[in-house]
Amino acid sequence: MNTKMKFLNVVENRKYYLSFAAVIVLASWLCVIFLGLKPGIDLSGGTEWQVAFTSGNVSVSEVQSVLSSAGLSELTVRSLGPNQFDIETPEMSEASHQQYADALKTKIGSFNDENFSSIGPTVGSELAHKSMTAIILVLIGISLYIAYAFRKVSEPVKSWKYGLITLATLVHDVSIPAGFLALLGFFRGIEIDTNFIVALLVIMGFSVHDTIVVFDRIRENLLVARGKKTSLAEVIDYSVRETFARSVNTSFTLMLVLIALLVFGPQSLFYFILTILIGTIFGTYSSIFVASPLLYLWQKKD
Amino acid sequence: MFQKLKPKTLLFIIVVIAVVAGIFDYQPLWGTISNFRPWNLGLDLAGGSVLTYNIDLSKVPAADEQSVVNGLRDVIEKRVNLFGVSEPKVYIETVGSSERLVVELAGVKDVNQAIKEIGATPFLDFREVQEIPATSTAALSTSSTSTLAGQNLAFIPTGLNGRYVVGAQMSFNSVTNQPQVDIEFNSQGATLFQDLTSKNVGKPIAIFLDDQLIEMPVVQETITGGKAEITGNFTVQTAQTLVERFNAGALPAPITLVNQQTISSNFGKNALDTAILAGIVGTLAVMVFMLIYYKKLGIFASVALLIYVSVTLAIFKIVPVTMTLSGIAGFILSIGMAVDANVLVFERTKEELQRGLSHASAVEEGFKRAWTSIRDSNVSTLITSAVLYYFTSSFVQGFALSLFIGVLVSLFSAITTTRTLLRVFESREKKQLA
Repeated sequence: MNTKMKFLNVVENRKYYLSFAAVIVLASWLCVIFLGLKPGIDLSGGTEWQVAFTSGNVSVSEVQSVLSSAGLSELTVRSLGPNQFDIETPEMSEASHQQYADALKTKIGSFNDENFSSIGPTVGSELAHKSMTAIILVLIGISLYIAYAFRKVSEPVKSWKYGLITLATLVHDVSIPAGFLALLGFFRGIEIDTNFIVALLVIMGFSVHDTIVVFDRIRENLLVARGKKTSLAEVIDYSVRETFARSVNTSFTLMLVLIALLVFGPQSLFYFILTILIGTIFGTYSSIFVASPLLYLWQKKD
Repeated sequence: MFQKLKPKTLLFIIVVIAVVAGIFDYQPLWGTISNFRPWNLGLDLAGGSVLTYNIDLSKVPAADEQSVVNGLRDVIEKRVNLFGVSEPKVYIETVGSSERLVVELAGVKDVNQAIKEIGATPFLDFREVQEIPATSTAALSTSSTSTLAGQNLAFIPTGLNGRYVVGAQMSFNSVTNQPQVDIEFNSQGATLFQDLTSKNVGKPIAIFLDDQLIEMPVVQETITGGKAEITGNFTVQTAQTLVERFNAGALPAPITLVNQQTISSNFGKNALDTAILAGIVGTLAVMVFMLIYYKKLGIFASVALLIYVSVTLAIFKIVPVTMTLSGIAGFILSIGMAVDANVLVFERTKEELQRGLSHASAVEEGFKRAWTSIRDSNVSTLITSAVLYYFTSSFVQGFALSLFIGVLVSLFSAITTTRTLLRVFESREKKQLA
């Protein structure tokens, strides 16, 4: 066995790895609870309007003052790039959209109306409701699948333990991006929309992916080790070592395309991709450094 | 069925399919060969407007809902076609218990005009009139009562409305010479109208247009034949407009605009270009990584990845999947996952080599043993994308569908393509050595 890479002795180092995970999950929960997640217009209803001025050097405050003097009282204006702005207001009719567009055109200059979407509050709340249903269904579907995939294992580690621990790492992987988005919401005004919920669901799918590979190997090696003197800790450490390269490499290829999308891809998907990227990084961590130590701890207690 | 073919034959077939698929995918080239299946771009990439309307079905009996909703779609479709927009899409989306009408207009310049036109579709209905004692007025909802000429009246919806109208024309009243609108009902409407008039001989019936009372004529006799005259205070102009709108179709149920999105074609084009660039960079990065880490095996993985991209895109095009920004993102994610299976197989192969197996049998064993892990780990993503597809609306559906198809094709490609490549080239190497 490769005796280098001592950090892969996950059972021996479990205190550090599990504490790190616990601290960061807890911090994420605190962020979500105290800072809250700001719902975007597709979940709460409202208008999002993106404009790009064709010339000049337009500032956020200029756009803001023109619109408020035209009668828009509640609005936030964000800069998306030079001369590009994102304007958010409560739900707005097409007639008022035209009216405000005229105001911008006459007072500031001509612009391209890039994207205008206005969503009624009922549509928003329905979408939020549907998203919750989707999350619950994915959780149920994945749990059932894990129970099925590990149905033949019973000795010495019970199959439902693999299942419950996989779900625990899933909570870990989803909590951290949620906490991060809460921070971004607080400091940068980033809102969560349907994309965010989709991102969480995708992370759930990927998270299980990695954990199954490691657990598969532990299960296999436990069968081989039966009747021998090898301890559970040794089997787990050995399995993690064996699967380390593939856990990292499968995640790494995914990270490569995610980074390409972040750097070169469309601006509108930036936070969607970022959420998945964070989930993938911590998902890899949890499948190597959280899932197996948890399995060890639980098995040792019984 | 693939086992029976010789590896070389199978490889030949795969390569031919991939090359044909590649030509089919690349529209600038394919467009010069055939008009068959150009890329189907979503509005977020092509630019255009999406209008979502809520359908008020509260006054429609449950049994009729489906036919009302379908009738509504047909009427709006007819109206939208009048704008001359290329391939407008009008469809019904069911959200929980309520139904939504979605209108997609690609490349429309003046959304405001479109909204006005769609909203202007008249909603006509006939109501019975009941005189009620002044004391009980308060008990009735104000919207269906009215005080006319000092009388307290209640209006009771009859179910006879614009959905039964088949045609309208303007004429001039023979007595007053005022312009009036003659409408004609279909046979079902004619029966309803006959019943209504026979029940109310000597009494007034109320005609409402867009929930406004426009006229309350007194029924002289039972009217058969399904023709009615509306003599509001029309000018020639207003009567003409109403006739045009009726002929374009009256709405069987009222609708309200609840959601609107307009994307400029410039914005869409830009998003598409950046997404394609990101896809190319991502694919190259994955290929370079596989080459560096797995060396010669990486070549096979890279070739398999290119074949995967080409075949998957061709499937999207032939289905056809409407390509949205999110759909492209889903596909690019699946590129990152498509090599996962190769990673699992190659790692397993390395282990088998360490156990002392020959190169060729280590590869075969690697494929066999890695398969359960590959299948198990991809099923969770398939579950997620299936749930996403069935429980969400258009934006997410594009993403879910392309991720789902992508993962399925990658399961096939990782096993069949890479294995065939290895079988052909590994065995040739053996011969050279011998």
